[in-house]
Amino acid sequence: MASHGIKDRVAIVGMGCTRFAEHWDKSLDDLIVEASEDTFASAGVTKDDVDAYWLGTAQSGMSGITLARPLQLEGKPVTRVENYCTTGSEALRAAAYAVASGAYDVAMAVGAEKVKDSGYQGLNAVPIPNDGTARTLTAAAMFSMVAPAYGKKYGVAEDELTAVLARISWKNHQNGARNPRAQFRKEVSTETICASPRVAGRLGVFDCAGVADGAAAAILVRAEDAHRYTDKPLYIKALSFSAGSGSGLIDPEYDYTWFPECASAAEDAYRQAGITDPRRQLAMAEVHDCFTPTELVLMEDLGFAERGTAWKEVLAGTFDRDGELPVNPDGGLKSFGHPVGASGLRMFFETWLQLRGEATPERQIDTDRTLALTHNLGGYPGEMVSFVSVVGTELG
Amino acid sequence: MRGIVSIAGYVPYRRLQRAAVAQLFGTGGGKGTRSVASHDEDTTTMGVEAARRALRPAPGAALDSVWFATASPAYLDKTNATTIHAALRQPAAVAAFDFGGALRSGVGALCSSLAAGSGTTLVVMSDMRDGLPTSVDESAGGDGAAAIVVADDAPGTPVIAEYLGGASVSDEFLDRWRTAGDRRSKVWEERFGETRYVPLGTEAWESALKGVGVAPSDVDLVAVTGMHGRAVRALTRTLGASEGAVADDLGTTVGQTGTAHPGLVLASMLERARPGQVIAVVALADGADVLVFRTTKALASWTAAEPVADQVAGTADLPYGKFLAWRGMVTPEPPRRPEPQRVSATAAWRNEEWKFGFVGSKDRASQAVHLPPSRISMKGGAVDDMDPIDLADTEAVIATYTIDHLSHSASPPIVFAILDFDGGGRFPVELTDVDPAAVDIGDRVAMTFRKLFTADGIHDYFWKAKPVRSRELPPSAVETGGTGGTDG
Repeated sequence: MASHGIKDRVAIVGMGCTRFAEHWDKSLDDLIVEASEDTFASAGVTKDDVDAYWLGTAQSGMSGITLARPLQLEGKPVTRVENYCTTGSEALRAAAYAVASGAYDVAMAVGAEKVKDSGYQGLNAVPIPNDGTARTLTAAAMFSMVAPAYGKKYGVAEDELTAVLARISWKNHQNGARNPRAQFRKEVSTETICASPRVAGRLGVFDCAGVADGAAAAILVRAEDAHRYTDKPLYIKALSFSAGSGSGLIDPEYDYTWFPECASAAEDAYRQAGITDPRRQLAMAEVHDCFTPTELVLMEDLGFAERGTAWKEVLAGTFDRDGELPVNPDGGLKSFGHPVGASGLRMFFETWLQLRGEATPERQIDTDRTLALTHNLGGYPGEMVSFVSVVGTELG
Repeated sequence: MRGIVSIAGYVPYRRLQRAAVAQLFGTGGGKGTRSVASHDEDTTTMGVEAARRALRPAPGAALDSVWFATASPAYLDKTNATTIHAALRQPAAVAAFDFGGALRSGVGALCSSLAAGSGTTLVVMSDMRDGLPTSVDESAGGDGAAAIVVADDAPGTPVIAEYLGGASVSDEFLDRWRTAGDRRSKVWEERFGETRYVPLGTEAWESALKGVGVAPSDVDLVAVTGMHGRAVRALTRTLGASEGAVADDLGTTVGQTGTAHPGLVLASMLERARPGQVIAVVALADGADVLVFRTTKALASWTAAEPVADQVAGTADLPYGKFLAWRGMVTPEPPRRPEPQRVSATAAWRNEEWKFGFVGSKDRASQAVHLPPSRISMKGGAVDDMDPIDLADTEAVIATYTIDHLSHSASPPIVFAILDFDGGGRFPVELTDVDPAAVDIGDRVAMTFRKLFTADGIHDYFWKAKPVRSRELPPSAVETGGTGGTDG
């Protein structure tokens, strides 16, 4: 038994992504059609050229019909997948394995979410009948427990930690301001960030991801076929997934300063891709910054910083767009927005643009590195699923 | 010998300063405070809390039945006593009955259990008293519960207060009434009730004392209870008891807790009594009931789990606006989040031990505690090799916590903590009866049975945690004696 990965066997040859926003005037179908048509055009194919489809949507629709109906797919294998906030990454993972297995020549992964039709702020899970004993906290409240635990463990004073978290939010807004597809396209000062109303614990509004509608998609083929579609394919170096048992919630040993599911997914991905020093080998990383403390802890879980040091690296600008390892150059969940099922594919879309040199000039990363990472998580501290991928422009 | 084996009162944590009523409305209110059930409490949950406290000092009591009496039932049709029965983890063979509707049902249940020839009965009396803003009922009323274990004297169940006897007189007259669904009670002209209750009470008092062969001056402690404040005071003056014998009826601090009050003052009296004393309670409701007890030597080795005096002293004030919101008299803007969905009856039934009893499972090999219970261990992976572990009475320490301003709550914000239980076990749970600014990592908490929400008329009962507060208390208001004027 082993996690072998599919390094260099599958390539992404076309991608598309809508703007993420409060699309009051667009339906889920509109978003799916827009992202899919852009993706078909990007790869130079039609819907009939695609052999199999996977749709990732957390709660905007049931079954593959949610994709087959708007695209009017006839008799194709279309499957809906869901795995909390990693739903979009799961759609791509399924499509990649389908191609790698030889079952299909061309597969498509679409991620889409229409969250702004609920009438409520934030994300709201679809209720499942239960015994009424499960906690009903917001995600913000669950993740808010990370910051004080981290500060206590590593001796970071409360005001210092506030500055670190504000710096993360500031950076992601800086990046989002330069991204035409981002939900929030404004730079925000750290003063404004620190003065924002509290949502949960010490987290304010600017510590939380934007809630947006959106869709993104990718077309995948066998690596050896990639140049039939594009001169600049992205090769899949690693796809890793880790689901926790949920025992973190009831295990007294869990201390809320790290996410074991993310650390194990990263470890597996680096092994698949042959990465030994991610901070120096990766050109960039897209990580799941659902809340600012999440991004802080992920810098350590993903091996970008030693345990207990990420807060210093954040303040030093290591993860800024012009830093040693740019993190969330597209603005991240914070300012790009978080349409649940689309976010995982949106992360791939940024690697697609950056590694191909197609990002808008004001945020294009200047690097000779050829590898990029995406990290997508779902759930809460103690009860989490985590996805890590590595893609690259070169084979081998 | 038959009598009381154990007893406990439960007074919720919050108090309304009666003066706050006049501050808002320019009228109403009065002096002192009244007790206020939390937004997550009802008569059933308060009954559970009283029952837990009554059973704790009586571990040998094997119940035959659980009787629950209230004039403010959480459910009609459905028995509320079964919820209490489940929270106490009583075997199925223990009967559970409600005594419904009337204020007199509480003292009536107690009289019936004492008059019964045999059997061990847990009598639970609980009430929440409401009135429209500025009304006497609003100010003079209170919320609370009492639980009394009644049994024959036996090695496992020593009687601490022998039931000497009593008397009940009944009369049909309209003093106070409320039709089903009404939020407020209505009362006839006050003088009429007084002219009925005083002679009825006198008749029952004289009959009871004569029957048990005790002179009024031999009564060591007595309390008169009833929603008719003038009648209570008038009767108290005519009992012929010595001045020091009249116990505080908790009117100035707790308020009149209706159905629960005879039990609550009885608990309060027994907690300060010495062996060999005669104790009487007089309850005025559609007649008069008098119960006379003599404490036994066993009282000396009985210790209240949480004395009423402590609960009267350890409180926090509730703003009048919150009181009105919690009682449904005003409707503040709710959080803009989806309302909770109703609990699944089948899921709740399958998980009865967990949901109502707070019973998890403990892996035999690793000793890892699973909350809720799990079939497969998180440590070592053993399958179906666990023992049940009851943590309802185990204290815990706050490992970390947060305050959620967004989640749906009847009284935001939600204070939520990760608890580490003494002896092992972790659980994330909501805190209650807590000041968000006063919570800290390392604080000690105890579990309490609460109502999380109500949807489609279904109450979601489960457990929360509340701070364990200092047991060192100032001299108690209970010791001051005298009846409280609460309807000024």
